[in-house]
Amino acid sequence: MKLTTREGGLEASPRVVIAPPRARPRRLFRSRTAIGFVFTAPLLFLFAAFVVYPMAIGLYYASDPDSYRAIFSDPVFRTTAANTFWYVVVAVNVKLVLAVLLSGVLDYPYWSIRVLAALFLIPWAVPALPGILSFRWMLNSQWGIFNHLLTKFGFASVPWLAQHDTALGAVMVFHIWKYLPFWTIIFLAGRRAIPGELYEAAAIDGGSAVQNFFHVTFPLLRNLYLICTLLSMVFTLGDFTVPWLMTGGAPGDSTHVLATLAYRYTFTMGRLEWGLATFTVALPITLLFIGLLMRWVKI
Amino acid sequence: MTMRAHRREGWVKVGLGVLAVVILAWTLFPVYYMVLLSLTPTNDLFQPGLYVEHPTLKSYTYTMGQDNPFVRYFWRQLSTSLVVSLWTMVGVAAVAALGSFALARMNFRFRRYVSALTLFTYVIPSSFLAIPFFKMMADYDLIDTRLSLVLAMVTFATPYALWVLSDYARSLPPEIEEAGAIDGAGAAATFFYLYLPLIIPPLIAIGTYAFLYAWNEYLYALLLLTGEERIPLPVAMSNFLTTDNAPWNLLMAVSTVYAIPPVVLYYCFKRYLVSGLVSGAVSGT
Repeated sequence: MKLTTREGGLEASPRVVIAPPRARPRRLFRSRTAIGFVFTAPLLFLFAAFVVYPMAIGLYYASDPDSYRAIFSDPVFRTTAANTFWYVVVAVNVKLVLAVLLSGVLDYPYWSIRVLAALFLIPWAVPALPGILSFRWMLNSQWGIFNHLLTKFGFASVPWLAQHDTALGAVMVFHIWKYLPFWTIIFLAGRRAIPGELYEAAAIDGGSAVQNFFHVTFPLLRNLYLICTLLSMVFTLGDFTVPWLMTGGAPGDSTHVLATLAYRYTFTMGRLEWGLATFTVALPITLLFIGLLMRWVKI
Repeated sequence: MTMRAHRREGWVKVGLGVLAVVILAWTLFPVYYMVLLSLTPTNDLFQPGLYVEHPTLKSYTYTMGQDNPFVRYFWRQLSTSLVVSLWTMVGVAAVAALGSFALARMNFRFRRYVSALTLFTYVIPSSFLAIPFFKMMADYDLIDTRLSLVLAMVTFATPYALWVLSDYARSLPPEIEEAGAIDGAGAAATFFYLYLPLIIPPLIAIGTYAFLYAWNEYLYALLLLTGEERIPLPVAMSNFLTTDNAPWNLLMAVSTVYAIPPVVLYYCFKRYLVSGLVSGAVSGT
């Protein structure tokens, strides 16, 4: 048996005679490649059967140029592309900037801040669906609490989910509400990995809090920040649950994003190849982001 | 401490206090509102307010007793969610334990490609694969079986689990393999008797992660399971939305029940649910 550590050193000491080869099948397991393959076989099977193969099917069905001609001439597709762009760019960036700033707040060593940090995690722990349902009822134009309060203070009520801008805004706000805690903890952990001596040195130089942030904290968080931005953008690009349950594309199919439009093409209209073409359009940018991520992140 | 520094700290505390109130209101209000609605009697549902005037547990008793057409299959839907999540947990734990042993403790030829494939599966949005996955399951006649959903969930929950486990496994001392070699144990024996007992703590954590992943999943559950008796809880809840006269207090009661297990588990295991990403991202820089 030749198990090695990740440093690559042979760990079995040469004095020890290990499992003398008896029959042929034993031989197979003496090869490191074979052992590695056996232990990763379930993994490789899953990824081959349920990631690589579906992807190949998807590309096969999406290879007909007519589908692209059809979806590009569909005005709903164009609105959807714009919606997805704004959703990914605005929601992700607002969320991550807030997360970096809030991680600074939650880093204060008071006990009350620790309680706040614990409570702050609730949206992350509550599954998306109950949260969305709560938002939907709050935004209901007739019986929602927001319009109730608006009219109480003499403002006109707003049909939040019945017009494009506010409906898409609601999707973004929910996204930020739900995922801000997660990224805030990530940045909090990143901040805590920064050696304290750097801040001590900055304090000797008489740096203010703002200077500390720009000269110490942010330069050291920058790589983490970039990775988080890419990761969050890729995840959000494929988001189905939040837009689907918040607006379902309404009003009048104006608030679809890629995933919900693909669902509509495939299951409501029975156009599988259009649904798959919708994703394929976004594939180049997705693969670019994934490629960058895979260069920076090691597993 | 000088006067000025004192005063500065005072202002910082006031600022933090104000911020804390804003953050708490933003964070808790939607959850508070969900619970509030679940306690609202149907007659008061259309008179919005910031508190309940006549709180009642009726929505919960209706739900538990399946005493309303909307919650007719509540227990069956809950058990579907539970069964799928438990099998996902078992599947992910098994696949990730085996895989992490190879990835973290061995140096074999295709190691780099295996990690690349794992990372790719982690970052590709699962919705991109949902439609072909549905098509494939339809071809195999596996639509409406829990197996199809479990397979999807195991596939997409494994990469992160593998990540966390491998990270932990790398921190273990090299004596494991040495001890195995001295006893003349093969790779399988080393895995079962020496490696597995050592990774039980992170295994429990990633099992929880997998459970929650499947419990929270919506898209694949919506595609792969149909029919009121077979769908899991979240899909049943979203079906409320297709009618105009949905009983929202009942829906919020179901929501609250559905949200309790994840909230409890997240708070127990929160350290493990983010650590992998951070260490991965930080070590990658």
